[in-house]
Amino acid sequence: MTVALSGKEIASQIEEKFPGSIEESGKDSLVVKVDSLLPVAAFLKDTETLKFDYLNYITAVDYFSYFEVIYQLTSLEHNHTVIIKTRCYGRENPEVPSVIGLWQGADFQEREIYDLMGISFEGHPNMKRIFLWEGFQGHPLRKDYL
Amino acid sequence: MEVSRDKEYIYSSTELDRYEGQVIEDLKASSQESIPDPDEWLEGELSRNILLTTVDAIINWGRRSSLWTVSCFPACCAIEIMAIEGPRFDLSRFGMDILRASPRQADLMITAGTLTWKMAPNVRRIYNQMPEPKWVIAMGACGISGGIFRSSYSVVPGYNKIIPVDVYVPGCPPRPEALIHGIRMLQRKIARTPVVPDPLEFLQKGKQE
Amino acid sequence: MVTTEMMTLKTEPFILNFGPVHPSTHGVYRMRATLDGEVVIDIEPVVGYLHRGIEKLAEERTYTGFIPLTDRLDYISPMSNNLAYCLAVEKLAGIKVPERAEYIRVIMAELQRIANHCIAVGSFLNDCGAFFTPFLYLFREREKIYDLFEMVCGQRVTYNYMRIGGVSQDIPDEFLPALQKFTAKLPGFLEEFDFFLKQNEILLARAKGVGILTKETAINCSISGPVARASGVKQDLRKADPYSIYDRFEFDIPVGEAGDCYDRYRVRIEEMRQSLRIIEQAMPDIPSGPVRADVPHLVRPPAGEAYAHIEAPKGELGFYLVSDNSIAPYRCHVRPTSLINLTALREMVRGWKVADLIIIFGSIDITMGEIDR
Repeated sequence: MTVALSGKEIASQIEEKFPGSIEESGKDSLVVKVDSLLPVAAFLKDTETLKFDYLNYITAVDYFSYFEVIYQLTSLEHNHTVIIKTRCYGRENPEVPSVIGLWQGADFQEREIYDLMGISFEGHPNMKRIFLWEGFQGHPLRKDYL
Repeated sequence: MEVSRDKEYIYSSTELDRYEGQVIEDLKASSQESIPDPDEWLEGELSRNILLTTVDAIINWGRRSSLWTVSCFPACCAIEIMAIEGPRFDLSRFGMDILRASPRQADLMITAGTLTWKMAPNVRRIYNQMPEPKWVIAMGACGISGGIFRSSYSVVPGYNKIIPVDVYVPGCPPRPEALIHGIRMLQRKIARTPVVPDPLEFLQKGKQE
Repeated sequence: MVTTEMMTLKTEPFILNFGPVHPSTHGVYRMRATLDGEVVIDIEPVVGYLHRGIEKLAEERTYTGFIPLTDRLDYISPMSNNLAYCLAVEKLAGIKVPERAEYIRVIMAELQRIANHCIAVGSFLNDCGAFFTPFLYLFREREKIYDLFEMVCGQRVTYNYMRIGGVSQDIPDEFLPALQKFTAKLPGFLEEFDFFLKQNEILLARAKGVGILTKETAINCSISGPVARASGVKQDLRKADPYSIYDRFEFDIPVGEAGDCYDRYRVRIEEMRQSLRIIEQAMPDIPSGPVRADVPHLVRPPAGEAYAHIEAPKGELGFYLVSDNSIAPYRCHVRPTSLINLTALREMVRGWKVADLIIIFGSIDITMGEIDR
């Protein structure tokens, strides 16, 4: 049975390595600050006891005052999983670093989030719209799209 | 386009995407009204003499018994087309077992699936590439009016905004028996279409011009 | 005197567009392939020709009203999509499903797996050149499964059968004897089918060693399902993270070694046999009772979020739901199995020829409805 690790367990390990990077940690998930997303993700992938080598999915939700980008990571060896979130405040041009260097499965999913939500990922080699055509006005999954 | 072999991943330029996007936006702006269904066959059969109707009958029998389809199957109705080609509902017995993707050799287009604005220019191009005479069957609720996805931002509300449609087959997806009924209706429609022009009418038209 | 050194040919790569309408691409999929002669250097997939905005439509419909839309996601195996969505809502709302409904769900999901692999293997062999014969044989079996499903819910393709808290109606009396007849005949059919194809020279020459995906690349690209298992990743969600009542049944997970097209084909045939084993274990034990939990028609889960995933025939299919205690979901995201499996295509085709590109693409088994949603 895959064990869903609680946010607090991982938070203590991350805090001692990267102090000040955790925004809040709850029972199900862990919120990381945008600037420290890449080092925290690399730490989670490379540490022997955690070894999160499989990225389940990336998705984004539009709460009106902020956008939240959600990553779920699984370790096939230890059979545990964790959910990491980051928040971008502000609706004009939100930006999040791309994790494509760590997990290549993030390629199309990040393009999809850019297309439908408008969050761009810096470091992605091909940040273009994927489902809608170039010239489409707006980002449909935002809550203020008509 | 300059392509270097040592780059790891080759991505196309945004110029190409912008051009294609412009084509889609233009088509969307010009297709807000439905194209009327072709129904000139309704008044064609009253005043023709026996020689012409016999020639008509033979040509129409040839046309309707060997319809060749172009495959343009976006979505779920494609599975019912696969089933209708299959062993149980055999479509070859109607002469229709050629289902190649070449529009130049086809005279029937069965639109099986939801049409999106991104795909619309391609469907219009395939329709234009088919030689006359050609017919279109709109299959399924998505083909008739956009179906269950009508209120979405990227779905064309029905194929008749882009191409003229002859027969509408409702269902989601329509059962193979329903599609065969639709094909039989199309065959009856083809049987009543006047083909050979009436020589007297022809000469009169010539005199008027 | 002209020597061969003086007459070298100048070549340059060119881009070939495999358009959205093409006889062997499975749906409206477009690829820009950069070729050097016949050899593929790189490809760039262009998708989105079937983007219907299902995730946005989820915010307008009730939880139960979204189930017909999930049918149209991966339209080759709709029962699995229904099951994944219902599991996500039940996890969010804390609803317990009665025993009889659990057994029925498992039987339907495994029958759907067999039906899906019929089309997957059939179209793979179609691409290899066995023009339509194996496809029609497999389609005959799929028609028998359609008959079983039609007995239960009245539809052949888009079933809309599972509900939040169970299934929508009970199985009729003639279902179990018909299922018994079907499971008695299927092993013989698979034996006969496999006998003709396992050592077939043409299939071995075209598919063995072609399109190899290594284990590390598979894990890095988040590949799941038969494609990952053929590369050696021993991961099956029915054993690693059991959902529903899969922990009561005994079955094996076929794992390949080489990660080429031939291994993917063999993994799918073996999975059909294992699905049959699960159905035979589930059939005699179905308890009696209600088939649906007592859930109001307009479900209002408490505010929160949940993610539930299943081992769909193509890989890991999951639904991520966010609720704000109203009758419609606040956000519904589908983890698209086929889109993520498509990431591997680039790694697999470099250096192969155009004809192999078509076979490798066919062996991944994607459906455009799930990619574009």
